[in-house]
Amino acid sequence: MDAPPPAPGAGFDIAVIGAGVVGCAIFREFVLAGARTVLVEAAADILEGASKANSAILHTGFDAEPGSLEAACIGAGNRRYREIHHRLGLPLEPCGALVLAWSEAERERLGAIRARAGANGVEGVRVLSAEEVRAREPALAAEVCGAAWVAGEAIIDPWQAPLAYAVQGLANGGALWRDAAVTGGRREGGGWRLETAAGAVAARVVVNCAGLRGDLVEAIARPSPFSIRPRRGEFLVFDKRAARLARAILLPIPTARTKGVVLTRTVFGNLLVGPTAEEQPERSFAPTTAAGMAALLAAGRRVLPALAGEEITAAYAGLRPASEHKDYVIEALPAAGWITVGAIRSTGLSAALGIAGHVRGLHEAHFGAFRALPAPAWPAVPALAESASRPWRSAAPGEIVCHCEQVTAGEIRAACAGPLAAGTLGGLKRRTRVMMGRCQGFYCTRRVLELACARLPGLAEPLAARGAA
Amino acid sequence: MNRRSVIIIGAGPAGLTAARVLAGAGLADVLVLERAPEPGGLPRFAGHPGWGMEDFHRLLRGPAYARLLAAAARGAEVRCGASVVGLLPGGIVEVAGPAGIEQLAARAVLVATGIRETPRAARLVPGTRPWGVTTTGAFQEMVYRGGMRPFRRPVIVGGEWVGFSALLAARHGGIRPAALIEEGARTAAPRALAWAAGRLFGVPVLTGTRLVEIRGAARVSAVVVQGADGRREIGCDGVIFSGLFRPESGLAEAVAAIDPATGGPAIDNLFRLSDPAFFAAGNVIRGAERGAVAAAEGRQAAACILRALAGALPAAEITVRAGGALRYATPQRVAAEGGWLRFSGRPSRAAVRTGRARLRLLAEGETLAERMVRIVPEGGLSLRVPVARLAGARTLRLVLE
Ligand SMILES: Cc1cc2nc3c(=O)[nH]c(=O)nc-3n(C[C@H](O)[C@H](O)[C@H](O)COP(=O)(O)OP(=O)(O)OC[C@H]3O[C@@H](n4cnc5c(N)ncnc54)[C@H](O)[C@@H]3O)c2cc1C
Ligand SMILES: Cc1cc2nc3c(=O)[nH]c(=O)nc-3n(C[C@H](O)[C@H](O)[C@H](O)COP(=O)(O)OP(=O)(O)OC[C@H]3O[C@@H](n4cnc5c(N)ncnc54)[C@H](O)[C@@H]3O)c2cc1C
Repeated sequence: MDAPPPAPGAGFDIAVIGAGVVGCAIFREFVLAGARTVLVEAAADILEGASKANSAILHTGFDAEPGSLEAACIGAGNRRYREIHHRLGLPLEPCGALVLAWSEAERERLGAIRARAGANGVEGVRVLSAEEVRAREPALAAEVCGAAWVAGEAIIDPWQAPLAYAVQGLANGGALWRDAAVTGGRREGGGWRLETAAGAVAARVVVNCAGLRGDLVEAIARPSPFSIRPRRGEFLVFDKRAARLARAILLPIPTARTKGVVLTRTVFGNLLVGPTAEEQPERSFAPTTAAGMAALLAAGRRVLPALAGEEITAAYAGLRPASEHKDYVIEALPAAGWITVGAIRSTGLSAALGIAGHVRGLHEAHFGAFRALPAPAWPAVPALAESASRPWRSAAPGEIVCHCEQVTAGEIRAACAGPLAAGTLGGLKRRTRVMMGRCQGFYCTRRVLELACARLPGLAEPLAARGAA
Repeated sequence: MNRRSVIIIGAGPAGLTAARVLAGAGLADVLVLERAPEPGGLPRFAGHPGWGMEDFHRLLRGPAYARLLAAAARGAEVRCGASVVGLLPGGIVEVAGPAGIEQLAARAVLVATGIRETPRAARLVPGTRPWGVTTTGAFQEMVYRGGMRPFRRPVIVGGEWVGFSALLAARHGGIRPAALIEEGARTAAPRALAWAAGRLFGVPVLTGTRLVEIRGAARVSAVVVQGADGRREIGCDGVIFSGLFRPESGLAEAVAAIDPATGGPAIDNLFRLSDPAFFAAGNVIRGAERGAVAAAEGRQAAACILRALAGALPAAEITVRAGGALRYATPQRVAAEGGWLRFSGRPSRAAVRTGRARLRLLAEGETLAERMVRIVPEGGLSLRVPVARLAGARTLRLVLE
């Protein structure tokens, strides 16, 4: 547990359940709005659910359903990210996207894509000829027939962004409980008493942002109006050498079910190919599969033939919290003291700040407003993008531990300390990039474990303590 | 910029041996840049015996060998904690260290950055991503250097001789591997590995067996393997990927052509890269050789560097390609000079058949030299040819058939 519960009877104004990107953004929003807020997370670290693995694209919403809540939240979320990213130390690479047409039939659909973008208020969308596309992206396969250029699409750091939201919430008086799975709750004194693995917590209003378990948590308040149908998405991360092959985000023409396989650079300098889209019943973890990897290799090479010679650095899979509904399920239950934020399927990273603003509005409308903090703190998180000036480039970086991603011992120690110290090895990797490079820990595992062992015990036991095997 | 005579990148057996030769020849300004906190390279973490016979005429453990290498290179300045982050044409080296970034220049730069093992993702092994998946190099460093036991019953993947290192490190750490699995019909380390694994360590060796899935949530709980008789699950709490070496050649890329077949920079018989201010030696050239071979290359490269500094190296105009069942051939270019030339290669992984085959050197279709060789998976092959026979040749093919 990171913060003690408030004195008995005091309670919180707001309890946010789930520290995914959506919960972190809502936590920050309510703290800055002046609410006494607690973020309650089941896992040992934030971002261990759907938000662990995504394509890291800050969407404009050009292809969203016009008039949907999702479209509105992506638009607002994108605008707000652009307003605040500098102050939080977060990257934004405005590389733009090309929606590629691979046949005449597909080319004829580009006009409709531009029209839909217009309906969504997304500016700067143009239809390009095959020659124009090739001039921008010389490594593209020769069969390309044209593309829609979406200038506003961008890439960001998918882990430091939510981390920064949570860190700002904490720096301004919010509380975070980790290892605190909510197991039940009841109405008490006009608010809620939630039972968690770390003890009970009282709050006036509960915001359910439990992502892949959103419907299970919803059942605490009512029969869930949505059921989560996890949809797995696999990725391949290519070596940094491959990043030279693409400038813009390369998208296929989306279908009703999925945005399709994307090829995009990451702010860390790799090239990402994915995701696939497969339904699976399991909510907790997502395996990669031989079939998925083969499909991604083939899809990647169809778009960029030169990928065939490039090395793969990592493979992973994420789970989208999809449901039977196409749109987000966000609503306030005034009588129940509950706000539902569910089924944030495939655009939550982009929309999170917009969703947070919308939820704050719902709270104001149904439960009243708080008094916003007059002068909130704006702590910046470490910048990990390749374009950033990282510590190893500084005048006195000290020991460099990870040589693929140039991570210093100081960065690892910092990530293991403070109110939002890494709670898992995955969390340490996300906060520092350590072991995420081409050698995948061949050169640095031992040193990383030494530096992190006080914070992350249990990864290895000391040889001296030789027990029965 | 003040230009030194020689900068060596990497203080492993190749780099330190080159430093010893160069300093011994009277160069007073040889600088070795090593990104680790101490010199020695990979042997530092191989706490088992098996090093030093060829160069120090004693059977040593890795760390002792590393110390002797470093002591013998005393005449050179060895700067540790100095990570080379970029190379620029003409012998410029960009280095990041505890005191920031600086550029250094030398008349000759030797790249001796060694190798790493291919990790799980690049082998396209599916499944979940639990803790406990590692490589032999990282594993032996955790055990010997860190005094850590990351798991108790791992599966070792890959039957190259480096599997010995994994088995020995496991034994040192009181770790009982659940199995050693090898995709090929037999382990690459000829019989001895299988014998030692089974008899000495009590570890079942499964040949003709492929790892098809890793399972587990926070930590590895099992692997699924595919053998001739179908799929089965093996319970384990770790996976050690061993072998499938890749040259640590990301740096060299900036100043040299990389040979896709070796993964390392293309060299000539004088150890030069395509930018003649740069040389390479040791396992960065092609991976997968023992320390003694890397050290010997360091010595030979140093001799070539001394000649280069004296202005006496000819151009290498003859290109060499691999053919038949050969995966690669080194050197990739040669200058026809000296008495004998030595060409090396490895059989391709798919084409490996145990037994004998013919290794031939051809020039424009004509056989210049040949010999019968015994093929072992991952075993190196070589052919020595008198330089006189190369007269007039422009392209050579080293062919295994
Ligand atoms: C393959 C893929 C690609 C994607 N690409 C993009 C992209 O490029 N751009 C973009 O904008 N979006 C993208 N997304 C979508 C985005 O990742 C999701 O919309 C977002 O992560 C959803 O976040 P969340 O906070 O709703 O859910 P989650 O991240 O799942 O967070 C829910 C949290 O609640 C916790 N929790 C659950 N139950 C309990 C309980 N009982 N008590 C306490 N805590 C609980 C969980 O541990 C978890 O931390 C992608 C998604 C996937 C899978
Ligand atoms: C797991 C494993 C076990 C092995 N076990 C044995 C064994 O038992 N016996 C045996 O004979 N061989 C063994 N080998 C083979 C080993 O590669 C060679 O023995 C030998 O170490 C090769 O020497 P080298 O000098 O080429 O490279 P290395 O020994 O790898 O040395 C390269 C050095 O370069 C440094 N370096 C790399 N990049 C940079 C940079 N950018 N800036 C500064 N410094 C850099 C590295 O830190 C390292 O110290 C093993 C290899 C592995 C991977």
